Amino acid sequence: MQAVVNCSILAITIGLAHGRYTLCKASIPRALNTRGEMSKQNAGPDPFAVKDCGLVAIALGHKAQNLREMRDHLYRIHPGSIYHHFWGGLLRPQSASPEYYNDFAGWVHYQLHDDTLAERLAILDPTNYADLEFLRHELVDLVEERLDEVEWLNWARADHEFHFTRSQILIFDTRIRIETPEELTSAVAGMSSGSIFYHFIDARRRVPDGVDDLRSWLMGFGETYTDLCGLVASVDPYFGGLTGLRQQLTELFAAYFDGGAR
Amino acid sequence: MSSIEDYAAIVGDDVISHLRQLAAPLKGLKVVHVNSTRLGGGVAEILTKLVPLMEDLGIDVHWEVIRGQEDFFQCTKNFHNALQGKQIPLSESMLKAYEDTNAANAEELRPKLEEADVVFIHDPQPLQLLRWCPGRKGRWLWRCHIDLSHPYRPVWRYLRQFVVEYDASIFSLPDFAQPLAHTQYLMQPSIDPLSDKNKDLPEDQVLAVQLQFGIDPERPMMLQVSRYDRFKDPVGVIRAYRHVKTFAPFLQLVLAGGEATDDPEGEAVLSEVRSEASEDKDIHILLLPPDAHEIINALQRAADVVVQKSVKEGFGLTVTEAMWKQKPVIGGNAGGIRVQVSDHRTGFLVSTPEGAALRVRYLLSSPEKRMEMGLNAQEFVRENSLLTRNLREYLSLMIAVMDKDKERIELGAWARP
Repeated sequence: MQAVVNCSILAITIGLAHGRYTLCKASIPRALNTRGEMSKQNAGPDPFAVKDCGLVAIALGHKAQNLREMRDHLYRIHPGSIYHHFWGGLLRPQSASPEYYNDFAGWVHYQLHDDTLAERLAILDPTNYADLEFLRHELVDLVEERLDEVEWLNWARADHEFHFTRSQILIFDTRIRIETPEELTSAVAGMSSGSIFYHFIDARRRVPDGVDDLRSWLMGFGETYTDLCGLVASVDPYFGGLTGLRQQLTELFAAYFDGGAR
Repeated sequence: MSSIEDYAAIVGDDVISHLRQLAAPLKGLKVVHVNSTRLGGGVAEILTKLVPLMEDLGIDVHWEVIRGQEDFFQCTKNFHNALQGKQIPLSESMLKAYEDTNAANAEELRPKLEEADVVFIHDPQPLQLLRWCPGRKGRWLWRCHIDLSHPYRPVWRYLRQFVVEYDASIFSLPDFAQPLAHTQYLMQPSIDPLSDKNKDLPEDQVLAVQLQFGIDPERPMMLQVSRYDRFKDPVGVIRAYRHVKTFAPFLQLVLAGGEATDDPEGEAVLSEVRSEASEDKDIHILLLPPDAHEIINALQRAADVVVQKSVKEGFGLTVTEAMWKQKPVIGGNAGGIRVQVSDHRTGFLVSTPEGAALRVRYLLSSPEKRMEMGLNAQEFVRENSLLTRNLREYLSLMIAVMDKDKERIELGAWARP
């Protein structure tokens, strides 16, 4: 297949709370479709293949009761566990929209009652890191920095330790195809939570540049939907859960295509 | 018997379609579930519904129940209590009864178990079967429904020697996971919205059940549904009721317990409960047969407040059932209840009879809050705790366990090893 590869180097400053690193992340192809194929410029990309997914959670049997134990586990824990504790919560049963979207921040707040560290952890956005190892290092640094600051260690109650978990992700094709961007409003409204997770959350780990699948597909139409991509990029995926995210995206596409937002 | 399509009205067509896609590569897979009772208790209830639905999806699934004498069930009840932290020494004769019973059952089940592609062994009762099936060709998974967070070490050490031989374990919460070399999957149990215990009931049927048991429909009622088991703390519930009674003199308490054929301790606990209740005419202690599903359903719908004051709990299905009926639940701050009940949003988590009493008083005096929490509770169950979700997790897990080293599995390209 003849592929037009548009490579660029994207400089990203990460660690918003501390500005610790500046990474250079190679943004590889700009117009990948969901099957990882290059889109044909001008003709538009292939139809968008809607996929669904589920997580199979796996307990790792490691637990932490204070910050030092957490730091020690973070050094060597399976990278899938870092992914799971940042994103997996969105597909897990939970009653309320979490105040802290990642499990590390939530545990530090609710069980260790250390709001300073909880706030620093909560601001971490995994999409700002080239890979999970960079994210791991940032987590370790934040915890170690806090260990240097505090005079004593807060302990969680015996039954409220942090339990490290990872997950396997199962992906399947729903056989639904979106032929044109105008179909996005109804298509996104009908997506399951698993589909929203796969295309809008998980994609940020899969797709070069850390964008979601929807923007990746829209980029395949060249400059036509640059403004729409900007609107999608402005949706904060962390709050409101997957149903809230679906609602936000549906309203956004409806306003863009039907409400004259252009 | 419900078919998979019957659930579409509740969970949506897309969920059913996804289940079919997930099951497609598993068609013809030989799967066997083994437990120790067909009636009574959460495991039997789940399997009653789950097995036909798996069959409906094209899986060659069987449900086997091991048989045993009283000494076997006494031993496994002690296992159950010990795994939940009670210090119970086990005699040699008890362990011999356990091992002999497993060996005898293995004689009968061996051909089916050794041929199966996936075997789910539920709880400790049939755990030792694996050792008696040396020619097994499939993956064997131990599904532990018990709160294993603080097991009594000597008993866990004895059972652990059998657990480690399995390909994987499945626990309800990460808190229950143990240091084991094999993979420990996590899966939460579910309820069936179409079962007799959870389906919608006409109001006159609910009323008839109240009258049948002498419950005054005009007066407030608090309810706990569970086996007569010390870990469910029925005596603590009576104490909580007594605290509330001072402020709500018309309150009635209903303790609705069933019998499970694998629980020899129930009678002793029932005596303790009757003794604690004494002559109070507003305490209704019901001993219901295992198939009294519609009665339980009606009682849950009739209740103003539902309590599940367990001090140990793997996962309280009665909590989820009540939530599905738009009831806020006051649950013991233990085990799976901590995940099931969102404190202050779908109910309250409590640690003492006094704490339970305080929350019962609050809910009785705030009907609007009760309704709001009840609606939150039902939505939570619809999204997370219905049978279709559990079925999806079982299907996912069967695929995952056959390809356990892969972090990402694309089903389109996936074929059974």
